[in-house]
Amino acid sequence: MTEATATALRLEDVHKSFGNTEVLRGIDLTVGEHQVVCLIGASGSGKSTLLRCVNLLEPIDEGRILVDGVEITADGVDVNEVRKGIGIVFQAFNLFPHMTVLANVTLGPRKALDLRRAEAEAQALELLARFGLADRRGDYPDRLSGGQQQRVAILRALAMKPKLLLLDEVTSALDPELVSEVLQLIRELAEGGMTMVVATHEMGFARDIADRVCFLDGGSILEEGTPEQIFTQPREPRTQQFLARIVAAGRL
Amino acid sequence: MSARGRGEGRRGVVIAVVSTVVVFTALGLAIVNSPGWPEVKAQFFNWDEFKATFPDVLHAFWLNVKLFCIAEVFILPLALLLAIVRSLPGPVFFPLRILAIAYTDFFRGVPTILVIVTLGFGAPALQLQGVPQSTLFWGIVSLVLVYTAYVSEVYRAGIESVHPSQNAAARSLGLNHLQAVWYVIVPQAVRRVIPPLLNDFIGLQKDTALVGILGAIEAFKQTQIDQAASFNFTSSVCAALLFVAITIPLARFTDWLVARDRRRQFAGATA
Repeated sequence: MTEATATALRLEDVHKSFGNTEVLRGIDLTVGEHQVVCLIGASGSGKSTLLRCVNLLEPIDEGRILVDGVEITADGVDVNEVRKGIGIVFQAFNLFPHMTVLANVTLGPRKALDLRRAEAEAQALELLARFGLADRRGDYPDRLSGGQQQRVAILRALAMKPKLLLLDEVTSALDPELVSEVLQLIRELAEGGMTMVVATHEMGFARDIADRVCFLDGGSILEEGTPEQIFTQPREPRTQQFLARIVAAGRL
Repeated sequence: MSARGRGEGRRGVVIAVVSTVVVFTALGLAIVNSPGWPEVKAQFFNWDEFKATFPDVLHAFWLNVKLFCIAEVFILPLALLLAIVRSLPGPVFFPLRILAIAYTDFFRGVPTILVIVTLGFGAPALQLQGVPQSTLFWGIVSLVLVYTAYVSEVYRAGIESVHPSQNAAARSLGLNHLQAVWYVIVPQAVRRVIPPLLNDFIGLQKDTALVGILGAIEAFKQTQIDQAASFNFTSSVCAALLFVAITIPLARFTDWLVARDRRRQFAGATA
Protein backbone atom coordinates (compact mmCIF):
# COMPACT_ATOMS: atom_id res chain seq x y z
CA MET A 1 0.00 0.00 0.00
CA THR A 2 1.44 3.36 -0.92
CA GLU A 3 1.04 5.86 1.87
CA ALA A 4 1.93 9.04 0.04
CA THR A 5 -0.39 11.25 2.07
CA ALA A 6 -0.44 12.13 5.75
CA THR A 7 -2.56 10.08 8.12
CA ALA A 8 -5.93 11.68 8.89
CA LEU A 9 -7.38 8.97 11.10
CA ARG A 10 -5.84 6.03 12.87
CA LEU A 11 -7.48 3.38 15.02
CA GLU A 12 -5.24 1.16 17.12
CA ASP A 13 -6.64 -2.02 18.63
CA VAL A 14 -10.03 -0.47 19.41
CA HIS A 15 -12.35 -2.58 21.54
CA LYS A 16 -15.96 -1.76 22.42
CA SER A 17 -18.56 -3.79 24.28
CA PHE A 18 -22.21 -3.21 25.00
CA GLY A 19 -22.82 -5.18 28.19
CA ASN A 20 -21.39 -8.63 27.56
CA THR A 21 -21.43 -8.31 23.79
CA GLU A 22 -18.13 -7.29 22.29
CA VAL A 23 -19.05 -5.25 19.22
CA LEU A 24 -15.54 -4.18 18.19
CA ARG A 25 -12.77 -6.72 18.76
CA GLY A 26 -9.50 -4.95 18.13
CA ILE A 27 -9.93 -2.67 15.14
CA ASP A 28 -6.81 -1.34 13.42
CA LEU A 29 -7.47 1.12 10.65
CA THR A 30 -5.55 3.92 8.97
CA VAL A 31 -7.13 6.52 6.73
CA GLY A 32 -4.89 8.89 4.80
CA GLU A 33 -5.80 12.47 4.01
CA HIS A 34 -8.14 12.77 1.01
CA GLN A 35 -8.77 9.04 1.12
CA VAL A 36 -12.17 7.38 0.99
CA VAL A 37 -12.41 4.18 2.98
CA CYS A 38 -15.57 2.09 2.69
CA LEU A 39 -16.67 -0.28 5.42
CA ILE A 40 -18.73 -3.20 4.21
CA GLY A 41 -20.17 -6.15 6.08
CA ALA A 42 -23.42 -7.59 7.34
CA SER A 43 -25.70 -5.71 9.73
CA GLY A 44 -24.32 -6.04 13.24
CA SER A 45 -20.74 -6.42 12.08
CA GLY A 46 -19.77 -3.23 13.90
CA LYS A 47 -19.67 -0.63 11.09
CA SER A 48 -21.95 1.90 12.79
CA THR A 49 -20.37 1.43 16.20
CA LEU A 50 -16.95 2.03 14.69
CA LEU A 51 -18.08 5.35 13.21
CA ARG A 52 -19.85 6.40 16.42
CA CYS A 53 -16.67 5.65 18.38
CA VAL A 54 -14.60 7.85 16.05
CA ASN A 55 -17.08 10.70 16.65
CA LEU A 56 -16.84 9.98 20.41
CA LEU A 57 -20.57 9.37 20.57
CA GLU A 58 -19.62 6.02 22.11
CA PRO A 59 -16.68 5.72 24.53
CA ILE A 60 -14.24 2.93 23.66
CA ASP A 61 -13.11 0.32 26.17
CA GLU A 62 -9.58 -0.27 24.92
CA GLY A 63 -7.21 1.02 22.28
CA ARG A 64 -6.61 4.48 20.85
CA ILE A 65 -8.09 6.69 18.15
CA LEU A 66 -5.93 9.42 16.65
CA VAL A 67 -7.02 12.24 14.38
CA ASP A 68 -4.19 14.09 12.63
CA GLY A 69 -1.80 12.34 14.99
CA VAL A 70 -3.56 13.58 18.14
CA GLU A 71 -5.13 11.00 20.41
CA ILE A 72 -8.80 11.93 20.80
CA THR A 73 -9.60 9.08 23.16
CA ALA A 74 -7.15 10.30 25.82
CA ASP A 75 -8.41 11.50 29.20
CA GLY A 76 -9.21 15.18 29.40
CA VAL A 77 -9.76 15.69 25.69
CA ASP A 78 -12.52 18.23 24.96
CA VAL A 79 -15.04 16.10 23.05
CA ASN A 80 -16.83 19.17 21.67
CA GLU A 81 -13.59 20.44 20.11
CA VAL A 82 -12.90 17.03 18.57
CA ARG A 83 -16.40 16.75 17.12
CA LYS A 84 -16.18 20.16 15.46
CA GLY A 85 -13.55 18.68 13.15
CA ILE A 86 -15.36 15.38 12.46
CA GLY A 87 -18.70 15.34 10.68
CA ILE A 88 -21.03 12.38 10.91
CA VAL A 89 -24.17 11.67 8.89
CA PHE A 90 -26.67 9.13 10.13
CA GLN A 91 -28.80 6.53 8.40
CA ALA A 92 -32.02 8.16 9.65
CA PHE A 93 -30.92 11.74 8.74
CA ASN A 94 -31.64 13.02 12.28
CA LEU A 95 -32.46 16.48 11.00
CA PHE A 96 -33.97 18.81 13.59
CA PRO A 97 -37.69 18.71 12.74
CA HIS A 98 -38.52 22.02 14.42
CA MET A 99 -36.01 23.97 12.35
CA THR A 100 -36.00 25.04 8.73
CA VAL A 101 -33.35 23.70 6.36
CA LEU A 102 -31.33 26.88 6.78
CA ALA A 103 -31.55 26.73 10.59
CA ASN A 104 -30.49 23.07 10.52
CA VAL A 105 -27.40 23.87 8.47
CA THR A 106 -26.43 26.99 10.45
CA LEU A 107 -26.95 25.67 13.99
CA GLY A 108 -23.49 24.11 14.27
CA PRO A 109 -21.53 27.05 12.84
CA ARG A 110 -23.50 29.54 14.92
CA LYS A 111 -23.43 27.77 18.27
CA ALA A 112 -20.32 25.58 18.16
CA LEU A 113 -18.12 27.83 16.01
CA ASP A 114 -19.61 31.11 17.31
CA LEU A 115 -20.15 32.48 13.82
CA ARG A 116 -22.42 35.50 13.47
CA ARG A 117 -25.84 34.63 12.08
CA ALA A 118 -25.36 36.59 8.85
CA GLU A 119 -22.02 34.96 8.16
CA ALA A 120 -23.28 31.46 8.96
CA GLU A 121 -26.32 31.97 6.73
CA ALA A 122 -24.28 33.29 3.85
CA GLN A 123 -22.01 30.24 4.00
CA ALA A 124 -24.96 27.89 4.36
CA LEU A 125 -26.77 29.42 1.40
CA GLU A 126 -23.67 29.07 -0.73
CA LEU A 127 -23.46 25.40 0.27
CA LEU A 128 -27.17 24.80 -0.36
CA ALA A 129 -26.94 26.52 -3.73
CA ARG A 130 -23.94 24.47 -4.78
CA PHE A 131 -25.92 21.28 -4.22
CA GLY A 132 -29.23 22.49 -5.63
CA LEU A 133 -31.08 22.96 -2.36
CA ALA A 134 -31.18 26.75 -2.08
CA ASP A 135 -34.89 26.93 -2.84
CA ARG A 136 -35.66 24.63 0.10
CA ARG A 137 -33.92 26.83 2.67
CA GLY A 138 -37.15 27.92 4.34
CA ASP A 139 -38.80 24.49 4.40
CA TYR A 140 -39.12 22.23 7.41
CA PRO A 141 -37.49 18.80 6.96
CA ASP A 142 -40.85 17.00 6.85
CA ARG A 143 -41.68 18.78 3.60
CA LEU A 144 -38.60 17.37 1.86
CA SER A 145 -38.17 14.03 0.15
CA GLY A 146 -35.93 11.48 1.86
CA GLY A 147 -33.15 12.16 -0.61
CA GLN A 148 -33.37 15.90 -0.02
CA GLN A 149 -33.39 15.37 3.74
CA GLN A 150 -30.28 13.25 3.61
CA ARG A 151 -28.53 15.78 1.37
CA VAL A 152 -29.40 18.52 3.85
CA ALA A 153 -28.03 16.32 6.65
CA ILE A 154 -24.76 15.92 4.74
CA LEU A 155 -24.57 19.69 4.17
CA ARG A 156 -25.30 20.27 7.86
CA ALA A 157 -22.18 18.24 8.64
CA LEU A 158 -20.18 19.98 5.88
CA ALA A 159 -21.11 23.43 7.18
CA MET A 160 -18.75 22.76 10.07
CA LYS A 161 -15.91 22.43 7.52
CA PRO A 162 -14.79 19.10 8.98
CA LYS A 163 -11.44 17.52 8.15
CA LEU A 164 -13.07 14.10 8.25
CA LEU A 165 -16.55 12.98 7.31
CA LEU A 166 -18.16 9.78 8.57
CA LEU A 167 -21.14 8.43 6.66
CA ASP A 168 -23.20 5.77 8.39
CA GLU A 169 -25.27 3.88 5.80
CA VAL A 170 -26.67 7.17 4.58
CA THR A 171 -28.74 5.61 1.78
CA SER A 172 -30.17 2.64 3.67
CA ALA A 173 -33.34 4.45 4.75
CA LEU A 174 -34.07 5.82 1.27
CA ASP A 175 -36.43 4.65 -1.45
CA PRO A 176 -34.35 3.17 -4.30
CA GLU A 177 -35.10 6.03 -6.71
CA LEU A 178 -33.75 8.57 -4.19
CA VAL A 179 -30.43 6.82 -3.58
CA SER A 180 -28.59 8.17 -6.61
CA GLU A 181 -28.96 11.87 -5.77
CA VAL A 182 -27.31 11.25 -2.39
CA LEU A 183 -24.57 9.07 -3.85
CA GLN A 184 -23.90 11.76 -6.48
CA LEU A 185 -23.33 14.32 -3.72
CA ILE A 186 -20.91 11.99 -1.93
CA ARG A 187 -19.08 11.37 -5.20
CA GLU A 188 -18.61 15.10 -5.64
CA LEU A 189 -17.22 15.34 -2.12
CA ALA A 190 -14.81 12.49 -2.82
CA GLU A 191 -13.66 14.20 -6.01
CA GLY A 192 -13.17 17.38 -4.01
CA GLY A 193 -10.73 15.52 -1.77
CA MET A 194 -12.84 15.11 1.36
CA THR A 195 -11.48 12.45 3.69
CA MET A 196 -14.30 10.00 4.34
CA VAL A 197 -15.08 6.78 6.12
CA VAL A 198 -18.24 5.35 4.59
CA ALA A 199 -20.23 2.45 5.98
CA THR A 200 -22.40 1.25 3.13
CA HIS A 201 -24.45 -1.54 1.62
CA GLU A 202 -24.11 -0.01 -1.85
CA MET A 203 -21.36 -2.21 -3.23
CA GLY A 204 -21.30 -0.66 -6.69
CA PHE A 205 -20.86 2.73 -5.10
CA ALA A 206 -18.12 1.46 -2.79
CA ARG A 207 -16.28 0.01 -5.78
CA ASP A 208 -16.50 3.37 -7.57
CA ILE A 209 -15.41 5.79 -4.91
CA ALA A 210 -13.34 3.85 -2.37
CA ASP A 211 -9.59 4.01 -2.24
CA ARG A 212 -9.77 1.10 0.17
CA VAL A 213 -12.50 -1.29 1.24
CA CYS A 214 -12.63 -2.99 4.64
CA PHE A 215 -14.78 -6.03 5.21
CA LEU A 216 -16.00 -6.18 8.81
CA ASP A 217 -17.14 -9.43 10.31
CA GLY A 218 -18.07 -9.97 13.94
CA GLY A 219 -16.40 -6.76 15.08
CA SER A 220 -13.06 -7.24 13.32
CA ILE A 221 -11.68 -6.09 10.00
CA LEU A 222 -11.37 -9.48 8.37
CA GLU A 223 -10.06 -8.29 5.03
CA GLU A 224 -8.86 -5.00 3.66
CA GLY A 225 -7.70 -3.95 0.23
CA THR A 226 -8.39 -2.01 -2.93
CA PRO A 227 -11.95 -2.29 -4.28
CA GLU A 228 -10.54 -4.30 -7.18
CA GLN A 229 -9.02 -6.84 -4.79
CA ILE A 230 -12.00 -7.15 -2.45
CA PHE A 231 -14.73 -7.31 -5.06
CA THR A 232 -12.99 -9.52 -7.63
CA GLN A 233 -10.58 -11.72 -5.67
CA PRO A 234 -11.58 -11.78 -2.00
CA ARG A 235 -9.19 -13.99 -0.04
CA GLU A 236 -11.29 -14.83 3.00
CA PRO A 237 -14.11 -17.38 2.74
CA ARG A 238 -16.37 -15.10 4.84
CA THR A 239 -15.85 -12.22 2.44
CA GLN A 240 -16.58 -14.52 -0.48
CA GLN A 241 -19.80 -15.70 1.20
CA PHE A 242 -20.89 -12.14 1.97
CA LEU A 243 -20.26 -10.92 -1.55
CA ALA A 244 -21.96 -13.99 -3.04
CA ARG A 245 -25.08 -13.14 -1.01
CA ILE A 246 -24.92 -9.54 -2.18
CA VAL A 247 -24.63 -10.65 -5.80
CA ALA A 248 -27.52 -13.07 -5.33
CA ALA A 249 -29.60 -10.19 -3.95
CA GLY A 250 -28.80 -8.24 -7.09
CA ARG A 251 -26.98 -5.46 -5.30
CA LEU A 252 -23.65 -5.65 -7.03
CA MET B 1 -63.81 8.83 1.12
CA SER B 2 -66.23 6.60 -0.81
CA ALA B 3 -69.94 7.38 -1.24
CA ARG B 4 -70.68 4.63 1.23
CA GLY B 5 -68.20 6.16 3.68
CA ARG B 6 -69.87 9.56 3.40
CA GLY B 7 -73.29 8.00 3.99
CA GLU B 8 -72.01 6.25 7.10
CA GLY B 9 -70.47 9.50 8.30
CA ARG B 10 -73.80 11.32 8.00
CA ARG B 11 -75.63 8.49 9.74
CA GLY B 12 -73.07 8.68 12.54
CA VAL B 13 -73.77 12.38 13.08
CA VAL B 14 -77.52 11.77 13.23
CA ILE B 15 -77.09 8.97 15.78
CA ALA B 16 -74.79 11.16 17.89
CA VAL B 17 -77.25 14.06 17.91
CA VAL B 18 -80.29 11.91 18.73
CA SER B 19 -78.57 9.96 21.50
CA THR B 20 -77.16 13.16 23.03
CA VAL B 21 -80.56 14.85 23.08
CA VAL B 22 -82.18 11.74 24.60
CA VAL B 23 -79.58 11.33 27.33
CA PHE B 24 -79.47 14.98 28.37
CA THR B 25 -83.27 15.38 28.29
CA ALA B 26 -83.62 12.30 30.50
CA LEU B 27 -80.96 13.63 32.89
CA GLY B 28 -82.59 17.09 33.00
CA LEU B 29 -86.04 15.67 33.61
CA ALA B 30 -84.73 13.42 36.39
CA ILE B 31 -83.18 16.39 38.19
CA VAL B 32 -86.08 18.80 37.69
CA ASN B 33 -88.62 16.19 38.85
CA SER B 34 -86.65 15.13 41.90
CA PRO B 35 -88.43 15.76 45.23
CA GLY B 36 -85.92 18.37 46.43
CA TRP B 37 -85.57 20.30 43.18
CA PRO B 38 -87.60 23.41 44.11
CA GLU B 39 -85.45 23.86 47.18
CA VAL B 40 -82.17 23.26 45.30
CA LYS B 41 -83.31 25.68 42.63
CA ALA B 42 -83.97 28.38 45.18
CA GLN B 43 -80.67 27.75 46.97
CA PHE B 44 -78.32 27.40 43.97
CA PHE B 45 -79.99 28.83 40.90
CA ASN B 46 -81.70 31.92 42.21
CA TRP B 47 -81.71 34.60 39.49
CA ASP B 48 -82.18 37.53 41.85
CA GLU B 49 -79.40 36.27 44.05
CA PHE B 50 -77.23 35.78 40.96
CA LYS B 51 -77.75 39.39 39.88
CA ALA B 52 -77.03 40.61 43.38
CA THR B 53 -73.80 38.70 43.98
CA PHE B 54 -72.29 38.61 40.49
CA PRO B 55 -70.54 42.02 40.57
CA ASP B 56 -68.81 41.27 43.87
CA VAL B 57 -67.75 37.78 42.78
CA LEU B 58 -66.51 39.14 39.47
CA HIS B 59 -64.51 41.79 41.27
CA ALA B 60 -63.01 39.16 43.59
CA PHE B 61 -62.33 36.85 40.65
CA TRP B 62 -60.05 39.50 39.22
CA LEU B 63 -57.71 38.67 42.11
CA ASN B 64 -57.69 35.00 41.06
CA VAL B 65 -56.74 36.07 37.54
CA LYS B 66 -53.87 38.16 38.88
CA LEU B 67 -52.74 35.33 41.16
CA PHE B 68 -52.56 32.66 38.47
CA CYS B 69 -51.05 34.96 35.88
CA ILE B 70 -48.26 36.10 38.19
CA ALA B 71 -47.66 32.55 39.45
CA GLU B 72 -47.55 31.06 35.94
CA VAL B 73 -44.94 33.61 34.82
CA PHE B 74 -42.60 32.18 37.46
CA ILE B 75 -43.68 28.54 37.20
CA LEU B 76 -42.98 28.00 33.49
CA PRO B 77 -39.28 29.02 33.48
CA LEU B 78 -38.48 27.66 36.95
CA ALA B 79 -40.00 24.28 36.15
CA LEU B 80 -38.05 24.11 32.89
CA LEU B 81 -34.85 24.94 34.74
CA LEU B 82 -35.62 22.18 37.25
CA ALA B 83 -36.27 19.66 34.47
CA ILE B 84 -33.02 20.61 32.73
CA VAL B 85 -31.08 20.27 35.99
CA ARG B 86 -32.52 16.78 36.39
CA SER B 87 -31.32 15.88 32.89
CA LEU B 88 -27.70 16.93 33.51
CA PRO B 89 -25.40 13.97 32.88
CA GLY B 90 -22.37 12.76 34.76
CA PRO B 91 -21.37 12.26 38.38
CA VAL B 92 -20.41 15.93 38.88
CA PHE B 93 -24.04 16.99 38.83
CA PHE B 94 -25.24 14.21 41.12
CA PRO B 95 -25.88 16.59 44.08
CA LEU B 96 -27.89 18.93 41.86
CA ARG B 97 -29.95 16.06 40.48
CA ILE B 98 -30.62 14.77 43.99
CA LEU B 99 -31.76 18.25 45.09
CA ALA B 100 -34.07 18.54 42.09
CA ILE B 101 -35.57 15.11 42.76
CA ALA B 102 -36.03 15.86 46.48
CA TYR B 103 -37.72 19.16 45.68
CA THR B 104 -40.11 17.57 43.20
CA ASP B 105 -40.96 14.66 45.49
CA PHE B 106 -41.63 16.96 48.43
CA PHE B 107 -43.78 19.61 46.78
CA ARG B 108 -45.76 17.14 44.73
CA GLY B 109 -46.41 15.08 47.84
CA VAL B 110 -47.58 17.79 50.25
CA PRO B 111 -51.17 19.01 49.79
CA THR B 112 -51.21 22.53 48.32
CA ILE B 113 -53.47 23.75 51.09
CA LEU B 114 -50.86 22.81 53.72
CA VAL B 115 -48.10 24.65 51.87
CA ILE B 116 -50.31 27.74 51.62
CA VAL B 117 -51.27 27.68 55.31
CA THR B 118 -47.73 26.99 56.49
CA LEU B 119 -46.05 29.68 54.37
CA GLY B 120 -48.96 32.15 54.42
CA PHE B 121 -49.23 32.23 58.20
CA GLY B 122 -45.74 31.02 59.13
CA ALA B 123 -43.42 33.14 57.01
CA PRO B 124 -44.83 36.56 58.01
CA ALA B 125 -44.91 35.42 61.65
CA LEU B 126 -41.13 35.10 61.60
CA GLN B 127 -41.05 38.91 61.54
CA LEU B 128 -37.68 38.81 59.84
CA GLN B 129 -36.36 41.99 58.29
CA GLY B 130 -36.83 41.90 54.56
CA VAL B 131 -39.32 39.04 54.62
CA PRO B 132 -42.55 40.30 53.09
CA GLN B 133 -45.56 40.38 55.41
CA SER B 134 -48.13 40.17 52.66
CA THR B 135 -50.17 36.97 52.76
CA LEU B 136 -50.83 37.37 49.05
CA PHE B 137 -47.10 37.29 48.40
CA TRP B 138 -46.78 34.04 50.32
CA GLY B 139 -49.88 32.64 48.65
CA ILE B 140 -48.25 33.17 45.26
CA VAL B 141 -44.95 31.74 46.51
CA SER B 142 -46.79 28.61 47.70
CA LEU B 143 -48.52 28.12 44.37
CA VAL B 144 -45.24 28.64 42.51
CA LEU B 145 -43.46 26.09 44.73
CA VAL B 146 -46.11 23.42 44.29
CA TYR B 147 -46.81 23.90 40.61
CA THR B 148 -43.15 24.19 39.66
CA ALA B 149 -42.79 20.63 40.95
CA TYR B 150 -45.73 19.38 38.87
CA VAL B 151 -44.80 21.27 35.71
CA SER B 152 -41.15 20.21 35.86
CA GLU B 153 -42.30 16.60 35.62
CA VAL B 154 -44.34 17.49 32.54
CA TYR B 155 -41.27 19.09 30.95
CA ARG B 156 -39.14 16.11 31.93
CA ALA B 157 -41.55 13.71 30.25
CA GLY B 158 -41.30 15.87 27.13
CA ILE B 159 -37.51 15.98 27.25
CA GLU B 160 -37.31 12.20 27.62
CA SER B 161 -39.72 11.69 24.72
CA VAL B 162 -37.31 13.29 22.24
CA HIS B 163 -35.36 10.49 20.55
CA PRO B 164 -31.70 10.17 21.64
CA SER B 165 -30.67 10.41 17.97
CA GLN B 166 -31.60 14.11 18.11
CA ASN B 167 -29.15 14.62 20.92
CA ALA B 168 -26.52 12.59 19.05
CA ALA B 169 -27.00 14.76 15.95
CA ALA B 170 -26.65 17.96 17.97
CA ARG B 171 -23.61 16.75 19.90
CA SER B 172 -21.95 15.47 16.71
CA LEU B 173 -21.96 19.07 15.44
CA GLY B 174 -19.83 20.02 18.43
CA LEU B 175 -22.61 21.54 20.53
CA ASN B 176 -22.11 21.01 24.26
CA HIS B 177 -24.75 19.31 26.40
CA LEU B 178 -26.57 22.48 27.40
CA GLN B 179 -26.60 23.83 23.84
CA ALA B 180 -28.00 20.53 22.57
CA VAL B 181 -30.67 20.58 25.27
CA TRP B 182 -31.56 24.22 24.73
CA TYR B 183 -31.59 24.47 20.94
CA VAL B 184 -32.60 20.94 19.94
CA ILE B 185 -34.25 18.99 22.76
CA VAL B 186 -36.25 21.62 24.67
CA PRO B 187 -38.02 23.20 21.66
CA GLN B 188 -39.26 19.78 20.56
CA ALA B 189 -40.12 18.73 24.12
CA VAL B 190 -42.12 21.88 24.86
CA ARG B 191 -44.16 21.54 21.66
CA ARG B 192 -45.12 18.02 22.68
CA VAL B 193 -46.20 18.88 26.22
CA ILE B 194 -48.30 21.97 25.53
CA PRO B 195 -51.58 20.11 26.23
CA PRO B 196 -50.45 18.77 29.64
CA LEU B 197 -48.93 22.18 30.45
CA LEU B 198 -52.35 23.70 29.87
CA ASN B 199 -53.78 21.01 32.12
CA ASP B 200 -51.55 22.14 34.97
CA PHE B 201 -52.27 25.79 34.23
CA ILE B 202 -55.99 25.12 34.64
CA GLY B 203 -55.24 23.26 37.88
CA LEU B 204 -53.34 26.32 39.06
CA GLN B 205 -56.25 28.61 38.18
CA LYS B 206 -58.57 26.58 40.33
CA ASP B 207 -56.10 26.29 43.18
CA THR B 208 -55.87 30.08 43.46
CA ALA B 209 -59.13 29.68 45.38
CA LEU B 210 -57.03 28.15 48.20
CA VAL B 211 -55.33 31.51 48.78
CA GLY B 212 -58.70 32.67 50.17
CA ILE B 213 -57.84 30.72 53.32
CA LEU B 214 -55.23 33.37 54.11
CA GLY B 215 -57.95 36.02 54.14
CA ALA B 216 -57.48 37.40 50.65
CA ILE B 217 -60.86 38.12 49.11
CA GLU B 218 -60.75 36.12 45.91
CA ALA B 219 -63.77 34.59 44.23
CA PHE B 220 -64.22 31.63 46.58
CA LYS B 221 -63.79 33.76 49.70
CA GLN B 222 -66.32 36.22 48.30
CA THR B 223 -68.88 33.44 47.79
CA GLN B 224 -68.40 32.39 51.39
CA ILE B 225 -69.03 35.95 52.51
CA ASP B 226 -72.16 36.11 50.36
CA GLN B 227 -73.38 32.78 51.66
CA ALA B 228 -72.84 33.79 55.26
CA ALA B 229 -75.04 36.83 54.65
CA SER B 230 -77.84 35.23 52.61
CA PHE B 231 -77.66 31.48 53.25
CA ASN B 232 -77.88 31.10 49.48
CA PHE B 233 -75.36 29.22 47.33
CA THR B 234 -76.04 30.91 44.00
CA SER B 235 -72.82 32.90 44.32
CA SER B 236 -70.92 29.58 44.12
CA VAL B 237 -72.50 28.97 40.74
CA CYS B 238 -71.41 32.49 39.79
CA ALA B 239 -67.81 31.73 40.69
CA ALA B 240 -67.92 28.34 38.92
CA LEU B 241 -69.13 30.02 35.72
CA LEU B 242 -66.33 32.57 35.90
CA PHE B 243 -63.65 29.89 36.22
CA VAL B 244 -65.11 27.94 33.32
CA ALA B 245 -65.39 31.12 31.25
CA ILE B 246 -61.60 31.37 31.41
CA THR B 247 -60.62 27.72 30.96
CA ILE B 248 -62.77 26.81 27.96
CA PRO B 249 -61.57 29.59 25.61
CA LEU B 250 -58.01 28.95 26.80
CA ALA B 251 -58.30 25.25 25.94
CA ARG B 252 -59.63 26.01 22.46
CA PHE B 253 -56.89 28.60 21.92
CA THR B 254 -54.22 26.07 22.88
CA ASP B 255 -55.73 23.46 20.54
CA TRP B 256 -55.55 26.02 17.74
CA LEU B 257 -51.95 26.90 18.62
CA VAL B 258 -50.86 23.25 18.59
CA ALA B 259 -52.69 22.58 15.31
CA ARG B 260 -51.08 25.59 13.66
CA ASP B 261 -47.63 24.48 14.76
CA ARG B 262 -48.24 20.95 13.47
CA ARG B 263 -49.42 22.28 10.12
CA ARG B 264 -46.27 24.31 9.75
CA GLN B 265 -43.91 21.51 10.69
CA PHE B 266 -45.53 18.42 9.19
CA ALA B 267 -46.62 18.38 5.60
CA GLY B 268 -50.12 16.96 5.29
CA ALA B 269 -50.04 15.34 8.73
CA THR B 270 -53.25 17.01 9.84
CA ALA B 271 -56.09 18.42 7.81
